[in-house]
Amino acid sequence: MEGDLAHIGAGLAAIGSGAAAIGVGNVAGNYLAGALRNPSAAASQTATLFIGIAFAEALGIFAFLVSLLLMFAV
Amino acid sequence: MATEPIDAEMAGACVGPNGSAIGMPQLCADWVGNQVVWLVLALVAIYFVLDRVALPRIQAILAERQGTITSDLAKAEELKAEADEAEKAYEKALADARVEAQKIADETRAEIRGQVEEAQAKADAEIAAKTAESEKQIAEIRASALSNVEVVAKDTAEALVAALGLSADKAALDAAVDKRIEG
Amino acid sequence: MAETTGAANGAEAAHGEGGGLVFHPMDQFIVKPLFGSAGDPVGWLTVTNVTLWIALAVLCVIALMVLGTSGRGIVPGRVQSVAELAYGFVYKMVEDVSGRDGVKYFPYIMTLFMFIVFANFLGLIPMAFTTTSHFAVTVVLALAVFLTVTALGFIKHGTKFLQLFWVSSAPLALRPVLAVIEVISYFVRPVSHSIRLAGNLMAGHAVIKVFAGFAAIAAVSPLSVVAITAMYGLEILVAFIQAYVFTILTCVYLKDALHPHH
Repeated sequence: MEGDLAHIGAGLAAIGSGAAAIGVGNVAGNYLAGALRNPSAAASQTATLFIGIAFAEALGIFAFLVSLLLMFAV
Repeated sequence: MATEPIDAEMAGACVGPNGSAIGMPQLCADWVGNQVVWLVLALVAIYFVLDRVALPRIQAILAERQGTITSDLAKAEELKAEADEAEKAYEKALADARVEAQKIADETRAEIRGQVEEAQAKADAEIAAKTAESEKQIAEIRASALSNVEVVAKDTAEALVAALGLSADKAALDAAVDKRIEG
Repeated sequence: MAETTGAANGAEAAHGEGGGLVFHPMDQFIVKPLFGSAGDPVGWLTVTNVTLWIALAVLCVIALMVLGTSGRGIVPGRVQSVAELAYGFVYKMVEDVSGRDGVKYFPYIMTLFMFIVFANFLGLIPMAFTTTSHFAVTVVLALAVFLTVTALGFIKHGTKFLQLFWVSSAPLALRPVLAVIEVISYFVRPVSHSIRLAGNLMAGHAVIKVFAGFAAIAAVSPLSVVAITAMYGLEILVAFIQAYVFTILTCVYLKDALHPHH
């Protein structure tokens, strides 16, 4: 029974990965919008883009980790 | 990835009896020490190799390339200046040659003109001389023709008079013919 | 498995072998001794598959950066231009993000980048062991960065380093609140730094394994193969981007240590 609840929890936690996907898409989309408006400034901001993506994605990875922990470690 | 089944007591806490992982292998405490030791050794090795050998070498290569490029650029600049100079010299030579050619052409032209004028003058003189001579001859011819006409006229007159059956004095006839011709 | 008392344990159930789909997505991460039988205890200095793939990564780094540049060509060959590209890439990153005075620490950052990038790409070879998918590895990397950077901050700036947490541009009343948040976020750094790397690689590799498990059903196996191919392409991207992100975050942390003023 406990294991079943853990699996449900794991599934719920995995939603967080999708949320992170929204976040990453947001970052990349806004970057693209800005880059198209001012292409000359785009190249200098790729590092910032990747940092932003990394931070957004890290939280999704946390959700994924929680999911894995519930699946395999509880 | 599953290996052949192994004895349960042989397996650590993290691998099940069928060779599958129990839980997340990442969280298995038994393996952490091993990974950390090898990782640290690897990082130290990479660091020393990079710091002592690879990075200085690449830096040297890049610096050398930069130097080569700079010197090559300088050399190219020099060559360009030389080429410019050569071009200038060539243009100067060309201009000189052109001036020289012009001069020669002018001289030649002047000379030719002189010769032509001389020849022309000579020709003119010859022509004038010939003309004068011809005129003289014509005058002579005309003069002789006139005298011939006189003779012919006198003879004719004499013949006519004779033909008419008359006899006339030669002197009177001549005087009459002269009078007619002059008249 | 038949005699075990049903599917009492969730993890055991996931590894059930009684017909149907069999998923072992996590088995690829098992550490096992290279010599001797599987299941031998793993001591600190046991030569394991971890050792093998870490050693391969080191050899690849040496092959690229040392053997590749041994020609010292003014006009670089293929390998040498890759080595120079890696050098220039990381050098420019350090210079741009950490500033001129961060260039002094370029060899450390280069070490991290070269190791991670090669460990990631070696892990993409089928049947390979991905060393960077283990928290033990990435936590050591992240902690090394965190401790070095923190120590560096205190050595360079003394207690003034704490200004990093005191946002002087914010209204005075907000500053204590912000300071708490800044401190928390500062200490979360090594956690997110390490889990991002390991989590990305583990997730990608596990997903490929799950798709591979579906290939057992004939009807969906073509789809499964296509999905594995697509995931593999994504993983190639992820392998590089995560190395890049780890390195650039290291540069950002280094910048904070060198210039703690906001």
